Amino acid sequence: MITVNHLTKVFEKHVVLKDISEHIAPGEKVVIIGPSGSGKSTFLRCLNLLEYPTSGQILFDGKDITAPHTDINEIRQHMGMVFQHFNLFQNLSIEENLTLAPVRLKLMTKQEAHEEAMRLLKRVGLPDKANAYPIQLSGGQKQRIAIARALMMKPKMMLFDEPTSALDPEMVGEVLEIMKEVADEGMTMAVVTHEMGFAREVATRVLFMDEGRIIEQGTPDEIFTNPKEERTKNFLSKVL
Amino acid sequence: MEKWFESLKLGFYQTFILDNNYQYFVKGIGVTLTVTIFALILGVALGVVLAIIRSAHDQQAGKHKNPVLGILNTLAKIYLTVIRGTPMMVQLLIMWFVVWASARSTDSNLIKCAILTFGLNSAAYVAEIIRSGIMSIDAGQMEAGRSLGLSYYATMKCIIIPQAFKNVLPALGNEMIALIKETSIVTVIGLKDLTKGAMIIQGKTFQAFVPFIAIAAIYLFMVMMLTWMMGKLERRMRASDHR
Ligand SMILES: Nc1ncnc2c1ncn2[C@@H]1O[C@H](COP(=O)(O)OP(=O)(O)OP(=O)(O)O)[C@@H](O)[C@H]1O
Ligand SMILES: [Mg+2]
Repeated sequence: MITVNHLTKVFEKHVVLKDISEHIAPGEKVVIIGPSGSGKSTFLRCLNLLEYPTSGQILFDGKDITAPHTDINEIRQHMGMVFQHFNLFQNLSIEENLTLAPVRLKLMTKQEAHEEAMRLLKRVGLPDKANAYPIQLSGGQKQRIAIARALMMKPKMMLFDEPTSALDPEMVGEVLEIMKEVADEGMTMAVVTHEMGFAREVATRVLFMDEGRIIEQGTPDEIFTNPKEERTKNFLSKVL
Repeated sequence: MEKWFESLKLGFYQTFILDNNYQYFVKGIGVTLTVTIFALILGVALGVVLAIIRSAHDQQAGKHKNPVLGILNTLAKIYLTVIRGTPMMVQLLIMWFVVWASARSTDSNLIKCAILTFGLNSAAYVAEIIRSGIMSIDAGQMEAGRSLGLSYYATMKCIIIPQAFKNVLPALGNEMIALIKETSIVTVIGLKDLTKGAMIIQGKTFQAFVPFIAIAAIYLFMVMMLTWMMGKLERRMRASDHR
């Protein structure tokens, strides 16, 4: 699904990602963990070019998306992204949040988009919020809407950057629940999270990042019960 | 006291009634409002374009700078510097006596020239207001739009600009008020606006007190109406803020 070759990202003089090579196969659910500032977000944001790599190559569905003349807008339609701070469009109603992109990009008619939005709102358990505005929703509700908004595009892959970190504890569960459902339907997912329970349950693979490198990776079992690297052990002893 | 009252009465008579002089005020208000409104429309339209060029340039990701955008941004910056660095009256004199030197002094030409000059001037100020509004919007809004596959300009148009506009509405209101008052300098090119109307009456009747106090009151009234309307609009917008 997505292949990363020798990805490096430098902010000013600060090397944030150091020669990362990685492959995510269709259907995989990859959970990325690691200490703050290790480059998890930057790595995820490079995958859909919200951050432009300093060097290296990213292939999505076999297409080099870092090549000069790729239509990045077209590529991004197939990669949903869910943000830590939801980033719902403040000036639009919930239904408009969902329908804006598919209608503007002519993927659906207004009627089709309306029906799909209603279906997805039901699915995330918020069918009565179609006409509400983001500011009227709780954090958990906002994040469920954000997931529905990404699903509207029928993406091949979804990126989650700490989707529950900004939530009150009692709302974390409802968001994870929906992410699990999306995972169960076969979605390819890359998830940065501190929710180790979710990682154990859903991940097909766990990547541990530190200082801009993927230090260690394996199945949840391998990483959580049998970490090999000292830094991984150190990190896990702090978060588990 | 009685004498003063008598002369005031004469002032009123000569200013408004004699020779249908009130027509100067009526037509003057029309000219002042026409120039203000059309200049504002032009100013906002061009100002938004300038603001988008400036923000698009500043928000470009590190290495991949678009050269066309770079040139447009430089031009925009020069434009803003020149317009904001020279007096409005000088711009008006240059526009009419230099750029439009061959145009005949008809009312319609004068009005067009005034609208164009004030519009171009206002655009520079509106651009900076809108740009500050754009910068006040959380970067996550743009990222969310882009992550769905929307282009930079589609996201600007549907998401960023509407929110930016709402945030800078009070500043735009102030710009409009400044504009309505500043239009009084169109007298220097001979356009018969409200101020010129009072000056003409003064020339005909040698009355100064009544005509000038009258136009001061009229300007004040227009500004107060505008302030009231802006307040209403802001309250409407805040009500639809859905908080
Ligand atoms: N736009 C930017 N400009 C400059 N430096 C940046 C930028 N974005 C991130 N960084 C730096 O890159 C490093 C990695 O940041 P990143 O956000 O990827 O870490 P993270 O692993 O996601 O951390 P967290 O768990 O806190 O979210 C940090 O040192 C950060 O300060
Ligand atoms: Mg992060």
